[in-house]
Amino acid sequence: MNAQILLEFAINVLSMGSLYALISLGLVFVFGICKLVNYAYGEFITVSAYVLYFLGVFTGLPWLLVFLFGILAGVAVGFFSELVAFRPFRERSLDALLVTSFAVSVILQRLFQLGISPRSKAVPVPAFFNMNIQILGVITPLRNLLIIGTTVVLLTVLVLIMKYTTLGVAMRGASENFVTARLMGVPANLMISVAFIISGFLAGVVAIFWSARTGSVEPMMGGTPLLIGFIAVVIGGMHSLPGSVVGGYVYAFISNVLSLTLPSSLLSFRDAFMFAIVIAFLVLKPEGLLRGNYQEERVG
Amino acid sequence: MESKSTFSVKELNKSFAGLKAVDNVSLHLETGEVLGLIGPNGSGKTTLINLMTGMLDKDSGHISLDSHNIGEMPAYRVPFYGLVRTYQTIRIFKNLSCLENAMIGALGVGTKHREAARLAVGLLEELGLGDKIDLPAQSLTFRDQRLLEIARALAAQPKFMLLDEPAAGLNEEETDELLSLLKPMPHSKKIGIIIVEHDMRLIMNLCNRLHVLNYGKTIAEGKPEDVRNNPEVVKAYLGSAAS
Repeated sequence: MNAQILLEFAINVLSMGSLYALISLGLVFVFGICKLVNYAYGEFITVSAYVLYFLGVFTGLPWLLVFLFGILAGVAVGFFSELVAFRPFRERSLDALLVTSFAVSVILQRLFQLGISPRSKAVPVPAFFNMNIQILGVITPLRNLLIIGTTVVLLTVLVLIMKYTTLGVAMRGASENFVTARLMGVPANLMISVAFIISGFLAGVVAIFWSARTGSVEPMMGGTPLLIGFIAVVIGGMHSLPGSVVGGYVYAFISNVLSLTLPSSLLSFRDAFMFAIVIAFLVLKPEGLLRGNYQEERVG
Repeated sequence: MESKSTFSVKELNKSFAGLKAVDNVSLHLETGEVLGLIGPNGSGKTTLINLMTGMLDKDSGHISLDSHNIGEMPAYRVPFYGLVRTYQTIRIFKNLSCLENAMIGALGVGTKHREAARLAVGLLEELGLGDKIDLPAQSLTFRDQRLLEIARALAAQPKFMLLDEPAAGLNEEETDELLSLLKPMPHSKKIGIIIVEHDMRLIMNLCNRLHVLNYGKTIAEGKPEDVRNNPEVVKAYLGSAAS
């Protein structure tokens, strides 16, 4: 394998992995705090993507503002869905929350279908996103480098917040043992709201790069990133934020290796191979690559 | 002049499916005092602590700290009024550093970040964990994890601290260390301590008063030396040992 192919491979893995890492991080933030597997997360991404579509097509706003509003839409849908849908059921049971997240997901999908269109819409992408850049002979669209850079910045900021701010320390405590943290006076509603806001924020960022890659938005589009998020989380570990990031990159790595090595006749079954690997993970290493923390113990 | 605070529990009741776990228990405590809560296994000590801190809902009764009716508050409000606890089974945040663990105790009651860190460092040093400040809590020995829980509770700058079997799992030597750490606290920190413990040596050396439960009922209260010779108490302990 020569250096050029290796570099191309690295860029593909890193750009794809960055996107997947952000997707799974958004899932795990909410899971960490309220142990909810949020099936409506994919629709957070869809909402943002629709906002990108509407603003991009019908307004002449500069791209930066379009992106900003797209991300804000993700934040808003995260915040309000928690307030309206999840909070009333939170004290009941996890099962109730899980079913609620299915409901939120389906309701949003139907709203897109009825209110916008069941057909897919082309999301305008800024020209510089698809501008080809040449690095050491490898040609790649600029968006691949942008997602890598964006992810590095976001992860750094998140790490700093989680490590050095009051909110971050409280969130990490709460994600490890919600009950105990709450009993120390850490405000539960605030922690959960912030988790959903961060999740929505990440969904917004994901929407920008996801729709730039696919070029379109449609009501059911959230399913694929959601599935990717789940797989990354299975690989990396549901109980750890770094694990979810690692999972995203490992997923991208495996997926790219499969693309490179599978004979062309088998290439259309790439996802089947991917799922086989995921099943292997579930059997052999169900806690994921990074173990994180399990708290099973109840009130002493 | 610092005025004393009072923690009081009046006629507290709690049943689990008809079984009276806590039966008409009353007790009170002032800052500077240590009250030992003892009784055979299953006598309702931990239930009582859970009720006092709002983790369980009482059936009836009153719990107050000074003029605050904390018995009617949700558990997460209780630390704000100066009542904190530790747990029989350790419940520290294992992946967080010792410093962060202790800080959360302070942050939880609204202490500012910088002040919380300062308090946490001071307490960790005081409890002999000064050289382990940045280590993840799960790397600590069992004894240190117990101390960390106490540091976390104290970081909330409480008026009253409930210790649920702080010596459980510690050997004799470690228990003596714990005793020497706890002994000065009622005066140095102006707090009242309620301690549930089976280690009688710790109880007898630490407590000003004892409160003995059996089958959820108060069977004796008073000075340690008096309680020790109380025939009811002797019977409860021997009875439970014989069964």
